[in-house]
Amino acid sequence: MAEAILRTEGLTKRFGGLVAVSDVSLDLHVGEVHVVIGPNGAGKSTLTNLLSGDLPPSAGRVVLEGRDIAGLSSDQISRMGVGRSYQKTNIFLPFTVFENARLASQSRTPHATRVFSRAEGYAEINARAHAALEAAGLGHRAERVAATLSHGEQRQLEIAMCLATQPRVLLLDEPLAGMGPHESQRMVELIKKLTADHAIMLIEHDMDAVFAVAHRLTVMVNGEVLESGTPEQVRASPAVQAAYLGGEEMLHG
Amino acid sequence: MNHGALSRWLPWVVVGLFALFPLLESTFYTQLVTKVLIMAIFAMSLDLLVGYTGLVSFGHAAYFGLAGYALALMGPKYEAASLWWTLPASLGICVVFALVTGLLVLRTRGIYFIMVTLAFAQMLFFIFHDTKLGGGSDGIYIYAKPTMNLGETVLVNLEKLDQFYWLVLAFTAASFFLLRRILGSSFGRTLVGIKVNEHRMRALGFPVFRYQLASFALAGALGGLAGYLAAVQFGFVNPEILSWHQSGMVLMMVILGGMGTLHGAVLGAFAFVLLQEVLSNQAWFGVAAKHWQLAMGILIMLVALYLPQGLAGLMNSFRRKPQVEAEEGADG
Ligand SMILES: Nc1ncnc2c1ncn2[C@@H]1O[C@H](COP(=O)(O)OP(=O)(O)O)[C@@H](O)[C@H]1O
Ligand SMILES: [Mg+2]
Repeated sequence: MAEAILRTEGLTKRFGGLVAVSDVSLDLHVGEVHVVIGPNGAGKSTLTNLLSGDLPPSAGRVVLEGRDIAGLSSDQISRMGVGRSYQKTNIFLPFTVFENARLASQSRTPHATRVFSRAEGYAEINARAHAALEAAGLGHRAERVAATLSHGEQRQLEIAMCLATQPRVLLLDEPLAGMGPHESQRMVELIKKLTADHAIMLIEHDMDAVFAVAHRLTVMVNGEVLESGTPEQVRASPAVQAAYLGGEEMLHG
Repeated sequence: MNHGALSRWLPWVVVGLFALFPLLESTFYTQLVTKVLIMAIFAMSLDLLVGYTGLVSFGHAAYFGLAGYALALMGPKYEAASLWWTLPASLGICVVFALVTGLLVLRTRGIYFIMVTLAFAQMLFFIFHDTKLGGGSDGIYIYAKPTMNLGETVLVNLEKLDQFYWLVLAFTAASFFLLRRILGSSFGRTLVGIKVNEHRMRALGFPVFRYQLASFALAGALGGLAGYLAAVQFGFVNPEILSWHQSGMVLMMVILGGMGTLHGAVLGAFAFVLLQEVLSNQAWFGVAAKHWQLAMGILIMLVALYLPQGLAGLMNSFRRKPQVEAEEGADG
């Protein structure tokens, strides 16, 4: 197994007395999808926030390619190649779909901070934005105002913006929630395609999707890792069966 | 829709028409419109912060006053100073003040940002009000207007009302076109992105603080340009130009005109100064004229309630049919 591109050691986040993420150690590898599942409130989104720099950890390390990035700001971490999508759609509602993606793309071309040339005049930035929209299935919506998109389409835009920053590590927080079956299927295909040259952490509730893409599976409960391993190992774990998967419907396929 | 073409040539036509104004009108109106144009620069500079970067500053008079005092204090007492160095120096002081205070105020948000920007402006107010530095509460006279000479030739004679008017008009137009250019660039788009969703901009990798600081400094410099020109026009400075009334007034201009549109800031400055002239006209309103601020306050409140996009929004709703964004089927 190659060196992990991103790993955490004893990662912990406390909100007052609540320990939302407790002593979590996991790693992400290029070419693999690491799925994190767990009931609502388990600490999955908080874990994502700790990796992306949206929140500083209370304790523990986040190591990106050998460098401890815990406590760096989210913009620094983003520029180091870690991209994320949000569970709660977090886009620029008054802007067009294209402008949403263009801004994301622009962040990868710092010389575009030039003050006097038109923002749309950079072919490289535009191309990256269009490619991200196409990949997320929104190419035909480029000129629409983001606020007028359906909820599912806004979820797609959320992913497109993440892609437009060309990250090597992708942190996807429930990307399929709110998408129709058609778009979900498309997103699963996209995740599979991205796996080859990305390290992906996926938080997801839809078990069909989980087992379709997962190389590794981590189950979180109450901020702690209950079980972690290959999907087969996790499925076979008595602790997981008792605490979470339980139901028959989880054991298909 | 010829909206693009309209917004391209309309400002030039407006500038052209304004250039004719001193040829037709009396000195009173020329001076009044000069004042309006200066206020338009001031309002545009604040709109860069409030309307485009999402930073509601309640201390913008600091730059207006600082540049005015800089001119008054830098020049020789009874002779004319040269505009060539006093103007850049005054703006430079404003930029330094913006960068230094920006390092602190930009760590706060919302109501705290309002309070801290106000606090810095008040600090300047008391420095000039309570010390002998700038003549205390009486202020200082600027006995001779700055010169704008090229070698021996007088390029612009600022003592002449119409020449000064054209100079101010040129600065107003330059500020407008400069800001418009900047706001259409990647830098400007980044500022608006920060205004709309700062959190996401950060997550996308933008060093938000640096962009805000740059915007803050540019707004400070342009606010200083307005203050410098105002000091030249009135020939004296006193602490009033640094007061929170002044900061509130320019904020009202921006709200009146419509935040986030440059022409709105210009319209707001016009509407405000002209309304002030009308409402404080004793011949028309008698004793009520003394309380013009009350009437103005009510007007601003009505605008905030019924015209959230200000006069610019009103203009837009006349110009174009409302665009119905048809919601297509979600499964389309
Ligand atoms: N910013 C916050 N402040 C306080 N408590 C929080 C915050 N964010 C999350 N929590 C709490 O942390 C726990 C984990 O939440 P979260 O990470 O969103 O779980 P999940 O994504 O697995 O549903 C919950 O109890 C939640 O209420
Ligand atoms: Mg969550």
